[in-house]
Amino acid sequence: MSHSTPALTEANRLMTVCNSCRYCEGLCAVFPAMELKRSFSDGDLNHLANLCHNCGACYHDCQFTPPHEFAVNVPGTLAQVRSESYAHYAWPAAARPLFARHGTALAIGLTLTVALFIAGFVAAGDPGALTSAHLAEGRFYALMPHNAMVALFGAAFLWMLVAVFMGARAFWRDAGAPQIGAIDHAHAAHDAARLRYLDGGGMGCFNDSDQPDDRRKLWHHFTFYGFLLCFAATSLATLYHYIFGWSAPYAWHSGPALLGIAGGIGLTVGPLGLLRAKQTRMNELGTQGFRGMEVGFILILLITGTSGLALRLLGETPLLGPLLALHLGAVLTFFLTMPYGKFVHGLYRYLALARHARDMRRHSLQTD
Amino acid sequence: MTQWDVLVAGGGNAALCAAIAARRAGCSVLVLEKAPKFYRGGNTRHTRNMRCAHDAATGTLTGPYTGDEFMEDLLRVTGGNTDEALSRMMIARSYDMLDWIQEQGVRFQPSLGGTLSLGRTNSFFLGGGRSMLNALYRTAEGLGVVVRYEHEITGVEIEGHRFRAATVRHQDGESRIEAQTFIAASGGFQADIDWLKEGWGERAENFLIRGTPYNKGSLTRALIDSGVQQIGDAAQCHAVAIDARAPKYDGGIITRLDCVVFGIVVNKNAERFYDEGEDIWPKRYAIWGRLVAAQPEQIAYIVFDAPNLEKFMPSLFPPVEADSIAGLAGKLSLDPAALADTVDAFNNAVVGGRPFDHTEPDGNRTQGLPIDKTNWAQRIETPPFYAYPVRPGITFTYLGVRVDAHARMVMADGAVSENMFAAGEIMAGNVLGQGYAAGIGMTIGAVFGRLAGEEAAAHVA
Repeated sequence: MSHSTPALTEANRLMTVCNSCRYCEGLCAVFPAMELKRSFSDGDLNHLANLCHNCGACYHDCQFTPPHEFAVNVPGTLAQVRSESYAHYAWPAAARPLFARHGTALAIGLTLTVALFIAGFVAAGDPGALTSAHLAEGRFYALMPHNAMVALFGAAFLWMLVAVFMGARAFWRDAGAPQIGAIDHAHAAHDAARLRYLDGGGMGCFNDSDQPDDRRKLWHHFTFYGFLLCFAATSLATLYHYIFGWSAPYAWHSGPALLGIAGGIGLTVGPLGLLRAKQTRMNELGTQGFRGMEVGFILILLITGTSGLALRLLGETPLLGPLLALHLGAVLTFFLTMPYGKFVHGLYRYLALARHARDMRRHSLQTD
Repeated sequence: MTQWDVLVAGGGNAALCAAIAARRAGCSVLVLEKAPKFYRGGNTRHTRNMRCAHDAATGTLTGPYTGDEFMEDLLRVTGGNTDEALSRMMIARSYDMLDWIQEQGVRFQPSLGGTLSLGRTNSFFLGGGRSMLNALYRTAEGLGVVVRYEHEITGVEIEGHRFRAATVRHQDGESRIEAQTFIAASGGFQADIDWLKEGWGERAENFLIRGTPYNKGSLTRALIDSGVQQIGDAAQCHAVAIDARAPKYDGGIITRLDCVVFGIVVNKNAERFYDEGEDIWPKRYAIWGRLVAAQPEQIAYIVFDAPNLEKFMPSLFPPVEADSIAGLAGKLSLDPAALADTVDAFNNAVVGGRPFDHTEPDGNRTQGLPIDKTNWAQRIETPPFYAYPVRPGITFTYLGVRVDAHARMVMADGAVSENMFAAGEIMAGNVLGQGYAAGIGMTIGAVFGRLAGEEAAAHVA
């Protein structure tokens, strides 16, 4: 079977090697999934690549890693395939080059949006509000009316949803559009929520050396649950606004504020840990040409989280205006770039886990 | 000059078990590994399981495997050619090894997908042999064992029957290292083709070495030359038939072929030479290396047809494929007429008729051939036809040093050395006079390694 990229061709070679060995099958989901097949389409390989959590265990456990002539590097190769798969399935096709230049896109996007928000605050309202909004009733709504925020961010959010959905659909079709049952979703949700496969088969993950002392799982939990808490804060605030007619700003002990504070802490601590882990990662486990995307995704989450937290802490000082511009710029940039960066990894990994749960369920039915 | 309590030669399973056991008993331990760090641990890197006796099923083993059954298996595969007392001792100590090795950080899992008939007897390492080895190194170094890579022992000073010091070659030259006790766990000599020739003649040129290229047996040679008693002869080894296209060294597990029972095996003259259906594959895979070694040019071809292609575990290289037997012969450079005759004769002799079942002798046989296939005989008739070329793949050699029940080396004059011990491949010949059973190499390494470490520590104390 021929494959469309050098990374996919290499992944296919490795799966032939690994399928004749199988020593790693107890480490994670990738190897049992591989054993179900003898030949691999691009879609199969992209599925395997998105199942891989890059824990690094198989790199250190493999007797054939470089300098051995068989040169087996499964996590590095699958990381490359995985990153390329994000671009491959992205919608619209014209946006695909964004993945390789994601860091630059983020930097430009963030600068532009922050500048535009500041300009907007100044142009649309009282020019002095930028530094005095903290004294106004309604505080940040003195800078940007609620309805304007809802319109802008609602539109960006919808665009994001459509684009991410289209990409995920392409990924799913390439994986053979398997029929997924509720039980498979339950397995996938459980495995994703606990990062079951980011643990080196129980021993722990590897990052900078052959010691299983990596903390990425912890940092990822901070980041992911921080993100969810922030999302919950915004959703709850929306309910407050439209259902109960309670307008922001909310007191620090209100539901949205508490959720937001906890989420902001997660989105600060988590990305810092992930950034440090990425800086010290062995080159062998990394990708070529996607560093901007990987670091950029962590940075935009960090900026979003910290600026949100700072708004809560410094919202009653003259810094409110600039901080709001930074926070809104970060959120808008994040929304707009979500379909074209590392964000999609969560969705594709979830789908791969769901397909894996279904494949293993069917396999055990066949062999029983 | 520092004097170490325990000097360990080698860096595999046996060496690390010895080092850990001695260190846990309070000794200072130095491990000298000839290979660079990546290639550390000799053949342990390529292993996947260990055979230990157990009286009940465990989380990863499907049923009991008693010491008596283990001993029966050992007697059968070696044809009784074993030091029976020593083997009984090893098997008795293997019971405890399952727990002990896990206490050193090694993890087990159920038998690997596609490896039939080993789930009850053999404990598979989670992540394979290198993972197991990494765990042992982490434990050893955590305890304070000192490990030096690219350090080869080139000579030993023995006074009377006592070890005094070793000469060590390394990057910066040579040094002399003294120790109170010495444990030789440096593997077999299978990577030294010239030494193999002492047992096999020029045929050894056509052998492939499945594991580490570093096991050249220089320490074995030095010990025997210094008065330690040799055990075994240079022709005895664990040898299987592996893909002839494998690299000369270190091809490991992925070049193995598990398809003999699904077809026929012919030599360079397109003739069959042994009953391919004598017994189930896990009980026969270890004889095919020697069988192929006895054939002209030490090459053979496993021939089967389309329905069997996916009945066995895949291997690294794709099979040679053709739409006719003559076409297959052409691609293999065999005489097409001769291969067609062999296949026709085989097909005509198949009695068969029972359900095909490769997991147990199914009684589907041929009748009337000079060499019958006594089980799993099925006509080779559905194209495309396939073949794998195979050569002898040497796993490890059995010639080594004699030990007693305390893992102490026995000298040529029959005296026992008080402070020299051996474990692993270098003394495997004490247990394995010939033949092999899956996972037993690791049992020999772990049990005698631990024993040697404990005995060395007792001697130091």
